Amino acid sequence: MVGVEPEIAQRPTRRVKTSGSDKTVGSISHAMLILWSAVVVLPLLWTFMSSFKTTKEIFASPFGLPATWDLTNYLSAWNQYSFGRMFVNTVIVVGFALVLVMVLGAMCAYVLARFAFPGSRAIYYLMLAGLMFPVFLAIVPLFFILRNMGLLNTLPGLIITYVAFALPFTVFFLFAFFKTLPDEIQEAAYVDGASEWRTFFQVMLPMAKPGMASVAIFNFLGLWNQFILPIALNTDQSNYVLSQGMAAFASSAGYAVNFGALFAAVIITVVPVLIIYVIFQRQLQGSVSQGTMK
Amino acid sequence: MGPSGSLIQKAPRRRRRKLTFDYVSFMAVFLGLPLAIFLIFVISPFAQAVYYSLTDWTGFSPEMNFIGIDNYVKLFQNSTFITSMGNNILLAIIVPLVTLSIALLFATLITVGGPSHGQVRGLGASSFYRVVSFFPYVIPAIVIGILWAQIYTPSGLLNGILTSLGIDSAEGFAWLGDERTAIWATIFVIVWGFVGFYMVLFIAAIKGIPAETFEAVRIDGAGRFRTAISITIPLIRDNIQTAYIYVGIMALDAFVYMAALNPFGGPSNTTLVMSQYLFRTAFTKGQFGQASAMGVVLAVITLLFAAAVFTVNRLTGGKDDGGRS
Repeated sequence: MVGVEPEIAQRPTRRVKTSGSDKTVGSISHAMLILWSAVVVLPLLWTFMSSFKTTKEIFASPFGLPATWDLTNYLSAWNQYSFGRMFVNTVIVVGFALVLVMVLGAMCAYVLARFAFPGSRAIYYLMLAGLMFPVFLAIVPLFFILRNMGLLNTLPGLIITYVAFALPFTVFFLFAFFKTLPDEIQEAAYVDGASEWRTFFQVMLPMAKPGMASVAIFNFLGLWNQFILPIALNTDQSNYVLSQGMAAFASSAGYAVNFGALFAAVIITVVPVLIIYVIFQRQLQGSVSQGTMK
Repeated sequence: MGPSGSLIQKAPRRRRRKLTFDYVSFMAVFLGLPLAIFLIFVISPFAQAVYYSLTDWTGFSPEMNFIGIDNYVKLFQNSTFITSMGNNILLAIIVPLVTLSIALLFATLITVGGPSHGQVRGLGASSFYRVVSFFPYVIPAIVIGILWAQIYTPSGLLNGILTSLGIDSAEGFAWLGDERTAIWATIFVIVWGFVGFYMVLFIAAIKGIPAETFEAVRIDGAGRFRTAISITIPLIRDNIQTAYIYVGIMALDAFVYMAALNPFGGPSNTTLVMSQYLFRTAFTKGQFGQASAMGVVLAVITLLFAAAVFTVNRLTGGKDDGGRS
């Protein structure tokens, strides 16, 4: 489909500034991309608009502007439907898990990348296996492991499982990063009398900052979006995180749902990540290329 | 699919260290702690699941009898499970194909789709398209599902647009409630969520190709289509392979989209997927042995899928041995 009919028209001999076929191809391409952008943006705009409407208004006309632009839906989503508490839960769980997985992942990647010891390769491949298998295979036993530890339906239980499942990805990404740091710097730190601990925290870790930033963004998105782990391992309503609260709310009472509040809750869930995205847009898009896929 | 396995070969040769307190405590915390968490919460549940799949355990009772492969035999006689497996396989074929074709097309337009004179360059306004298309990737999947479930409802946005365009048969049509459209409407949502990410990925890959290569084929007289087929795609095929495996694995899971769009498996189970059926079998019916067997089947299909993509890529001339992906 790329450039349907252009090539015959412009052989490489002297060309006019902008050939007719160029214009056609250009317009078709722009049309396609604009259409796609609209398909992406319209639902989001519609959600934003609907978040200010009453349920009745939403069903009366899908396009109409809300009668009033007030925050009623946001207040009821935040208070009455407890999205405020879920928001706080999510921030706690994602915050702790993110810090922990970054620290543990960096430490583990550092050791695997820079220290030769028997079994290091086996550990590396074990982690690779952890990345390949579907979480679903683990979900049933995980439920009982957490129950036996008294961590089922608790925030610490969620945090530790988030950390465990985000660990392989973090280690892989940072492994490559620590590998590229020059040996001499580490040696110099030893010569200066730094301990292993100090060498890592004061010398090697700061050098891995760019890699850490990329992984942190990916992990943030992944953890904020986490769905299956909380659904299976956290059935206590007061410990709900946003994603599972959204699902529960959407499916709760069929058509009795307060749709205005539902859309407001969607906006509450999306806005933090959109803000992060807009701020870190460049780094994020840059790290897509050097990150996940290598 | 982390970074390469080949990197591991050039691990620095290091002198044997003395077992000082510093070194031992360092190893215990830096390697032991993360590894313990990983083994307890990731590896051990995987291993246990394989064992449970060979028992008749119901989860909450202490009794557990070893019944061999009975669960698997039952599974393949269960027509609902077979249906869900079929749906998964359909998703794993269609979703990557559509997602990656669109992503590749857009990435090509944005990087090298510009005018055919002067320097090889992309279309104008390309960074706008790139940023906007990436939006869905940062929206939680469950929210994407809920949002589209609302768009698809009989009185939702889609039918509103269609009826205002004069397509009256769309009035009150339940996109997710009709056997003919449920799975396709679902596939569209997943594609919607993923195109932007892979577009950005392919843009990076295409930008990694030296500009001279494109200049050279242009001088040789190749048009846009020819350039895409003979230069762009072959040169980034390893990225395409990796992306194919990623999207495919995601499509084999698909739980979160289904939970939002079709929580009960869709009309006559037309959108039921294995992960959903597994979840129901485990946590609603309490058949944990049976559910674990489903998990094992899902894992095996996932591995077979990845192996198939590697094999196809190799047979068609790819050089990636899996190390770099």
